[in-house]
Amino acid sequence: MSPTATWVAVIVGAAVVYGIKLVGHLVPEHWLAQPRVARTAALVTVALLSALVAVQAVAQGQELVADARLPALAVAAVALALRAPFVVVVVLAAATAAGLRALGMP
Amino acid sequence: MRAAVRQAVSVSVATGLYGISFGALSVAAGLDLAQTMALSLLMFSGGSQFAFIGVVGAGGTAGAAVATAGLLGVRNGLYGPLVAPRLGVHGARRLLAAQLTIDESTAVGTAHRPGPAARAGFWWTGVGVFLLWNLLTLAGALLGDALGDPRRYGLDAAAAAAFLALVWPRFGGRHAVLARAVGAAAVLVALATTPFVPAGVPVLLAAAVAILVGFLAPSGDEPASPPTSPSTPPAPAPDGPHEGAAP
Repeated sequence: MSPTATWVAVIVGAAVVYGIKLVGHLVPEHWLAQPRVARTAALVTVALLSALVAVQAVAQGQELVADARLPALAVAAVALALRAPFVVVVVLAAATAAGLRALGMP
Repeated sequence: MRAAVRQAVSVSVATGLYGISFGALSVAAGLDLAQTMALSLLMFSGGSQFAFIGVVGAGGTAGAAVATAGLLGVRNGLYGPLVAPRLGVHGARRLLAAQLTIDESTAVGTAHRPGPAARAGFWWTGVGVFLLWNLLTLAGALLGDALGDPRRYGLDAAAAAAFLALVWPRFGGRHAVLARAVGAAAVLVALATTPFVPAGVPVLLAAAVAILVGFLAPSGDEPASPPTSPSTPPAPAPDGPHEGAAP
């Protein structure tokens, strides 16, 4: 993406996210209180984040590759299961991948 | 009210800290310092910001980045009807309240009985997270810029770990079984379609699965309760009003 395109995306994206927040403050409470709406919003969040985990861990452009990111993600999962704080999880994953790459893993 | 302020401060610190990871990952994804700061100042929604830079970093189109960030921001829209009646603000203050409506401010604001404590909880958390999140984004971006090749430091793996940490709390709690099934389906859809469609699109296809499931699955025993709040607020389980911390 060119710098200009990135800027357009940043501004439009920010406007969309703000617009959604503002609409929430303006609509009557019962409109959005339906369980189905709330559940769908929660599931969309889960699906997006799960897909992002997968893509970030194994995609390289349109190729799927297994490299140091996978063991790093496994370390992150263990840290999360042990209830480590967010920053610790992220740093452990980075350190794992960095360490493995220093040892020659792609 | 003092309890609400104390909660607000601890949530702000816990959340602000991971602004460092956002700043570093954003410049690693190819955004410059100004674009990174614009995201934290204007978009101000952690999940949406991480998703945005994830799509950009993967070489996705502007449209895919905006759509992914927007979809992840949808839950913020659901928080408005919960907090607006408690704040009772109009005009410019309402515009400001909308910008500060995120997981954390909603969680702390709704953790207290409507009244001064709820209002203090919302405003202190919203403003506190905003300030710290932006300051630490700046720190992370400057640090990330100075590092050079992000792969050498494992920053690409850190991005995957960040998304995992954001989704993790959502596999428990309400709709846990459904959430796990949708998460698994999303991974499969994203990986299966990656070789065939432009970057960013697999993530949107995964979201489409969730929308279908959300509307078609029987609702049955779902309680329609609003997000309840952190009973132990300092625990920084990112992204989710019932869990705790992350803008």
